[in-house]
Amino acid sequence: MKSIADLEKIRQATLSKVNLRRESEGTRIVVGMATCGIAAGARPVMNAFVDEVAKRNLMDVTVAQTGCIGMCRYEPIVEILAPGKEKVTYVHVKPEMVPRIVNDHVVNGNPVVEYTISNAE
Amino acid sequence: MNELSLYILDLVQNSIRAGARLVQVIIKLDTQKDLLVIEIIDDGCGMDEELLKRVTSPFTTTRTTRKVGLGLPMIKQQCEMTGGEFDIQSTPGEGTSLRLSFTASHMDLPPMGDLSGTMVSLITAASDGIDYVLIYSRDENEFEFDTRQIRETLGSDVPLSTPEVLSWIGDYINEGIDEANTNQP
Repeated sequence: MKSIADLEKIRQATLSKVNLRRESEGTRIVVGMATCGIAAGARPVMNAFVDEVAKRNLMDVTVAQTGCIGMCRYEPIVEILAPGKEKVTYVHVKPEMVPRIVNDHVVNGNPVVEYTISNAE
Repeated sequence: MNELSLYILDLVQNSIRAGARLVQVIIKLDTQKDLLVIEIIDDGCGMDEELLKRVTSPFTTTRTTRKVGLGLPMIKQQCEMTGGEFDIQSTPGEGTSLRLSFTASHMDLPPMGDLSGTMVSLITAASDGIDYVLIYSRDENEFEFDTRQIRETLGSDVPLSTPEVLSWIGDYINEGIDEANTNQP
């Protein structure tokens, strides 16, 4: 059973990582979470990104949300903003696509072109 | 949407956009009365009477990027389809309360689904000072989760959105809900 006491251990264990995260100007993964995104499956996508970032212990990556960007038919939409690089928009994202996006794009800097909006039509 | 927890996620997004600092999600299942009640209470900017009257119209939204707002009309329809009721109260400057009731055994009622996933998504997305209270009760059994308590334990150095903390929150909520569902007298 999880207990509130576990949090003290987590606090101690993560304190140094948190400071590293604060100091870095890192990559932002932004998931569309308006009604259209949620109905299309954005929640498991967002949680898959959180899990993958945690699993890989990525210090300079944050996962955030945005509202409807007016392209509801492409939801779930995920935008990746890396410092000094052009924004990349992924469409119809599914949780099983997340490990590859994180590995190829977020970690190694090579966008997964076949999942991007330019390949959607 | 095929889960009530997805509707909750969508409705709480309205509270976040309304500038709420505290959002309470209260879910009460009364098996004797065959009644499920979901309340979402926020301390956001609230709505005036004129907007409140139009809020369940699919062509009402406060956004400027598009002309439709489907979250509230969809959940109102779900309530009514299952013999329940939809009620919304709001006071400008004070906040909004939403009360949704459903016949618990109705065949058209979607399952609750991944409630911990919804809470984790909300905390991930908007951890900058927004607090959440989740109260889940089934008859006499109650589980309560309050991010203010978590923040107090973590201190100011470790944010709620830390992946390790989010993972713990997801497990903690799952266990609490399972316990409320299974430990029946």
